[in-house]
Amino acid sequence: MGRAAMRLTGSQLRCVRGGREIFAGLDFTADAGEPLAVVGANGAGKTSLLRLIAGLIAPAGGSVTFAGGEDDLSPAEQAHYLGHRDALKSALSVMENLTFWRAALGGEATDLDAALNAVGLDHIAQLPAAYLSAGQRRRLSIARLLAVKRPIWLLDEPTSSLDANGQAMMADLMRAHLSRGGVIVAATHLPLGIAARELRIGERVS
Amino acid sequence: MTALLALLRRDIQVALRVGGGALIGVLFFLIVVVLMPFAVGPDLALLKKLGPAILWLGALLASLLTLDRLFAADHDDGSLDLLTMSRTPLELICLTKAIAHWLVAGLPLIVATPILGLLLNLDGDATVAVALTLLAGTPALTFTGMIGAALAVALRRGGLLLAVLVLPLSIPVLIFGVAASNAAVLEPAGFGAPLSILCALSLAGLVIGPLAAAASLRHGLD
Repeated sequence: MGRAAMRLTGSQLRCVRGGREIFAGLDFTADAGEPLAVVGANGAGKTSLLRLIAGLIAPAGGSVTFAGGEDDLSPAEQAHYLGHRDALKSALSVMENLTFWRAALGGEATDLDAALNAVGLDHIAQLPAAYLSAGQRRRLSIARLLAVKRPIWLLDEPTSSLDANGQAMMADLMRAHLSRGGVIVAATHLPLGIAARELRIGERVS
Repeated sequence: MTALLALLRRDIQVALRVGGGALIGVLFFLIVVVLMPFAVGPDLALLKKLGPAILWLGALLASLLTLDRLFAADHDDGSLDLLTMSRTPLELICLTKAIAHWLVAGLPLIVATPILGLLLNLDGDATVAVALTLLAGTPALTFTGMIGAALAVALRRGGLLLAVLVLPLSIPVLIFGVAASNAAVLEPAGFGAPLSILCALSLAGLVIGPLAAAASLRHGLD
């Protein structure tokens, strides 16, 4: 790539939601090529951490920096966020949803058919999203990560509602992204299917 | 730019398809105006006098009716999160959403006005004048309403807050809209001044609305 390897760093992050401190003094680094798995109990702040990196929550303290990317863009503008809510419009077809997000997020002329093919939805490209199952909606959200090239993937329970086949597919896609020098931060309870470094948050001494 | 055009297209498509609700506003407008002659009674002179006010009131309520979903729908399905992560300024995204909303909810009201004017015993010139005032004034309603819609999302309060916040802001638009329409019906000389003020309100809304809406959306992110 000709530039320094990418590295996402959070230092002394503090997150407060609804007047309650979720975590404080949190440090992490996510390097290109090695996924960071955020683990912890329910309510430990896994989703909060991802949303904080994505710029969707303002940190109460600390900062997130991204080295090796585009200097004039914030980390959030170089990141994909795959959350619980899938950002799909039921009235639009599978292809229309994907076309919209490609234009809204990046605008590069990537091959949408290939992206749909990769997640196994190419046979229902013209079906309105209203008729998709939970797993298919998840697959369509994952196709968004392929349709727009962004170096950071923030994945919140990426394998939820996917079948065994879909989980293997997601592991392959993550591996491919990492081998291109991408960064992955995933919050999960389930095994990701690939070797990952663990970041344990919200541990209370008991 | 492609991002904004895509957003404009998507919002219009979603509104026009089944369950999109583009027609709710214009149907409500139709109901209000059609019922009014039955409520007022067969007094043609009175109807003609009240006509512009009825049209304006119907249009104002109809445009408020659909405004609360402007950001709420995108917030609920997570689209708003992704839009704030795009490389387009949030102000321009708000502006684009407001324009799309006006095209599907405001413009049909203006198109329907000449037909509804017949029911209120307004002659041709008067209905065209009322339609013209609506064309100048409804953008102001959309832009001020957008601030309320963004605040409703940011503060997680529903439609009631929107009505309380937006109604005071829309009163000046109503006053000058009805004043301009009445002038067109009764004394054409006084038409220009209130129409200019309506245009000014719309232009001011065009600038302030997106800035205020984006600021409140940013503040309310969580």
